[in-house]
Amino acid sequence: MVKENGNSDQHGHTLSLRLRVWRQNRGQPGHFEEHFLAAVPETASFLEMMDMLNEQLIREGKDTFAFDHDCREGICGMCSMTINGMPHGPLPGVTTCQLHMRNFRDGETITVEPWRARAFPVLKDLAVDRSAFDKVIQSGGFITVRTGSAPEANHTLVPKQVADEAMDAAECIGCGACVASCKNGSAMLFVGAKINHLNILPQGQPERERRTLAMVKTMDEAGFGNCTNYGECQAHCPKSITLDVIAKLNRDYLRARVKEFFSSTGKPSKGGE
Amino acid sequence: MPESSCSPCCQPASIGKKIIMALTGLVLAGFVLGHMAGNLLMFKGPQAINAYAEWLHNHPEALWIARVILILSVVGHIWTGILLTLENRAARAGGPAVDATRRASISSRTMPYSGIVLLAFIVFHLLHFTLRKVALGDKDFGEDVYAMVVFGFSSPVVAVFYIVSMLLLCLHLSHGVSSVFQTLGLRNERWRGRIDLIATAYGWIVALGFISIPLAVLLGCIK
Ligand code: HEM
Ligand code: SF4
Ligand code: FES
Repeated sequence: MVKENGNSDQHGHTLSLRLRVWRQNRGQPGHFEEHFLAAVPETASFLEMMDMLNEQLIREGKDTFAFDHDCREGICGMCSMTINGMPHGPLPGVTTCQLHMRNFRDGETITVEPWRARAFPVLKDLAVDRSAFDKVIQSGGFITVRTGSAPEANHTLVPKQVADEAMDAAECIGCGACVASCKNGSAMLFVGAKINHLNILPQGQPERERRTLAMVKTMDEAGFGNCTNYGECQAHCPKSITLDVIAKLNRDYLRARVKEFFSSTGKPSKGGE
Repeated sequence: MPESSCSPCCQPASIGKKIIMALTGLVLAGFVLGHMAGNLLMFKGPQAINAYAEWLHNHPEALWIARVILILSVVGHIWTGILLTLENRAARAGGPAVDATRRASISSRTMPYSGIVLLAFIVFHLLHFTLRKVALGDKDFGEDVYAMVVFGFSSPVVAVFYIVSMLLLCLHLSHGVSSVFQTLGLRNERWRGRIDLIATAYGWIVALGFISIPLAVLLGCIK
């Protein structure tokens, strides 16, 4: 695909780059490592550029950089990289795998770091452990139904506006860029998206309060920070999830707390009548 | 990993803390507007402000109910503010080596700092005009609040400290008041811009109202 002659800056459609990439082993302190990479086609994706760097390292007999990736088409949420301080890089609404090198300048220095948050410990180099998100989902990010034969399609009617809103929230791919961009390491955009997706649909109603309280509790226990309304998450989310989901999460949490507090036991109180 | 095994009352959930922050903040924000409006009576002359002060002192029950609510709000606000700030620092784990902030406002990023200066201001202000223990020489103003304020602000250092603190209050309120709506779930993309504007205007109205008094004394408009 690419001719690697190492000296093609003049052609305009390849780049020479100075890369500062984070190197870290699990549980140990990390540091930046500097590498030069030439003849990067501007049509390459950021991950393909990282592949080229790793191939160069293999040829030099050096250790490659570990990084997460899977679909490479912007839907799985695996490609976690903070590029020049921006989770998923400079283009708003785009994942790292869908970011192309034409968005960088020839001769540019690019700093590549992992997601940085206490709840996402580094596994190796750029790969972090995001199982805290899985725990949040396991604690309530589902609806309980009997599986088996498919239900009749129009059995539960969903108004168009509700379906659209749920779909917008369901766009979240669970990448964790919201946590990485947040100055508080807060996961409220992710949790807000997941809770809203289910809490506004008819199928999500029976477990609405339980889900909200359980997911917030798990989120807190995982060591994420508290939202202080900076808005950085929305500005870095590759799916452009908005702060609306956080406002609605706050409202649902308050509602669940009030309902729980005044829940009826169905019996008269001991002291009464 | 969870590191607190504390009881839920001293470790409320993240959103619980935010709700305490927002409700106590709302009380304080309402108070500063009312306090500022009352202070503007300084411009109507000694009689107006002294009569207002006397009316307050003649209703000790109401005054103390308000004071208790304010003290509880200040304590609750500062307690959750400190918890939020410390927890958030720890959760961030240092952050990226390159800073690429896209939209967090100056006011949102300086909340703990503007807050700390406001706390220092509140302490000084209470010692100054409520308890009359500092920066008033050994004069006894009795019921003449007007004369006390004019004398208090005749020191440029004191007047400037008041003015700077009120500018920081403006900064704190312009994020805080907008934040209250988000925390209570009363905001969306359609309203966010307008609410931010309302919050900024609120901050400026409160601050400029307060500032007008030390400024007027400094410039000799109020004697
Ligand atoms: C006149 C006094 C004060 C008023 C009117 C006030 C008002 C407010 C309001 C309305 C909020 C937003 C609540 C939310 O949505 O979460 C807030 C947040 C905050 N305040 Fe205050 N406050 C005052 C004094 C203080 C003091 C003395 C501190 C010092 C510790 C402080 C620290 C904070 C912090 C850390 C936040 C959270 C920031 C955030 O939500 O991003 N405030 N304040
Ligand atoms: S809300 Fe956006 S940034 Fe956060 S996990 Fe979902 S897709 Fe990623
Ligand atoms: S690799 Fe799947 S979203 Fe980027």
